[in-house]
Amino acid sequence: MAATTINPTRMELTRLKKKLVTARRGYKLLKDKRDELMRQFLDLVRENKELREKVESGIAEANRSFALARSGMSDEAVRVAFMSPKQEVSLNVHTRNIMSVDVPVYDFETRTPDSNDIYSYGFAFTSGDLDAAVGRLSGLLPDMLKLAESEKTCQMLASEIEKTRRRVNALEHVLIPDMVANIKFITMKLDENERSSQTRLMKVKDMMLEQAHHYSEKNTEPVQEQGT
Amino acid sequence: MSKAAVMGDWDSIYGFGALGLDTFRFDPDDPDDAAKTLRRLAEEDYAVIYITEGLAACIPNEIERYRFDPQPAIILIPGISGNTGEGIASVRKSVEQAVGSDILFGSGK
Repeated sequence: MAATTINPTRMELTRLKKKLVTARRGYKLLKDKRDELMRQFLDLVRENKELREKVESGIAEANRSFALARSGMSDEAVRVAFMSPKQEVSLNVHTRNIMSVDVPVYDFETRTPDSNDIYSYGFAFTSGDLDAAVGRLSGLLPDMLKLAESEKTCQMLASEIEKTRRRVNALEHVLIPDMVANIKFITMKLDENERSSQTRLMKVKDMMLEQAHHYSEKNTEPVQEQGT
Repeated sequence: MSKAAVMGDWDSIYGFGALGLDTFRFDPDDPDDAAKTLRRLAEEDYAVIYITEGLAACIPNEIERYRFDPQPAIILIPGISGNTGEGIASVRKSVEQAVGSDILFGSGK
């Protein structure tokens, strides 16, 4: 409760009350932020999961085609075919703001607009399966970028949710109860001081009256009866 | 303009080279080299780095380092040897971190 020493003064009390109001408002805001982040996160993570399943099965399929293609070609021929790629992909990275978390958005651009530039080899010495495999992989590229985007978004949101949740919990279970306890401690202490000064005044008043009128000397007779 | 990279063993990644992604090949026996390259790529202008699950399993700490940085996005992809489930585990990890328990994949287990 009052682990740290606090001054039981009116000034401290006003300060603490103001702080409590701010803390309560912050707590409400952060709680709303956490709830909204969570809502968005759950939507995004579902999308992330779907995309990942799609991309993983797509890559597995492409790998099967590659295996098929390589069965009909020598390793050397495959290496030569992929030695110098014609196409080049560059990414445009923007950011999107989700509840004050800047998450990335990727747009991709290919160096040449010709979609056939993904085939970096002559068709004479390669098997047709290779074309199918590369084509399949190229169809997967937009989804792979979307996956990267959504996975990064989810990771960043997850860490933000964790941070926000910690803050909400700290406010709810530590900071606010502490402050309430401290405020209670100060009010009790102030009340106690007031009562003690009041009794002191009453006592002083009694003593002064006693000095003036000598009440106790007049009342000694009836008390003596109890002694026998 | 940022770029995208693919890291892994040659058999798993040569196809991506044709699409125009930059490929970096590694032996899974040499994780130090892969870790160094990953760090270099992260400092350069690579926004997305795809890495095969097999290679990622050798350098988990390096990948964890970039998990909460805005750039680069390090994405696990299955290699030629098949899907090890590492990729989906990373999604599950995000869910666990955010929600506190795994609520999306619970039924699958």
